[in-house]
Amino acid sequence: MQFEAKIEVSPRDGIANPEGSTIERSLPALGFEMTRNVRVGKLIRFEVEAESADAARSLVEDMCNRFLTNPVIEDAAVEVLET
Amino acid sequence: MTQRVGVIRFPGTNCEFDTIDAVRALGGEAEILWHSDSSIKNVDAIVIPGGFAHGDYLRCGAIARFSPVMEAVSDFALAGGPVLGICNGFQVLTEAGLLPGALQKNAGMKFLCSMQQIEFVSTQNVVGKGSQVGDRLQIPINHFEGNYVCSPEVLSRLETQEQIVFRYTDNPNGSIKDIAGICNEAGNVVGMMPHPERATSDLLGSNDGAALIQSFLSV
Repeated sequence: MQFEAKIEVSPRDGIANPEGSTIERSLPALGFEMTRNVRVGKLIRFEVEAESADAARSLVEDMCNRFLTNPVIEDAAVEVLET
Repeated sequence: MTQRVGVIRFPGTNCEFDTIDAVRALGGEAEILWHSDSSIKNVDAIVIPGGFAHGDYLRCGAIARFSPVMEAVSDFALAGGPVLGICNGFQVLTEAGLLPGALQKNAGMKFLCSMQQIEFVSTQNVVGKGSQVGDRLQIPINHFEGNYVCSPEVLSRLETQEQIVFRYTDNPNGSIKDIAGICNEAGNVVGMMPHPERATSDLLGSNDGAALIQSFLSV
């Protein structure tokens, strides 16, 4: 079966996010003073072949742990959708 | 015996010739080791130089870690061989798990290129021979991702096991505890963001990096 994997990579809680802080400081210049806690991460998407959604998820989580994210500074939220 | 230093070159590495020149100027021998070779050719020491290995795609050092040569580098390091990672090389060593922690974007979101003063915190490692704790050196930095982070547990281990090698006297990038360089427990693997190979002659603005490379060549 074919699945679409989406991995939202975000900086771990407690880890400073200089990109987010810089954007947060810039938004008021456009009048958006109401924004707080801006965090910048990244989205990784790909197609994956597996026997079931659980199997696909387990593969993707393994990829995250071993390569796609650095657990010292990043968290991963994995989403697997049947296509 | 003259030390034969292997300088690893990945696609995107750009400090390999500066490193080779510095090693040769200080009496060592040096040769390039290509990242896709699985052998390190019986060299006595290894430098992973600065640059943008594999374009720094995904994360700095994340892809370099899977280059075939890294398995041999890892075996060499675990067997006690001297390994020095400079700048991008430091990032590669953390991604490869040979050094703890990680390097993230500078706190000020600026690429930093400047002469920096650093201080020896521990000399029990391959770059510390002949130096004293507290020695201050002028060594240039040249990075966007030099902001060292690690968990509180790792930090306390680094402190108690004398694994913090250098600290900045005026922290330029937000590194935790002003850390500019660390080593592994055994002291044979050192990673540092400043570039000692660019401080090996007064003509370059500082000769303070020479002591570190000399130490590295003599272990």
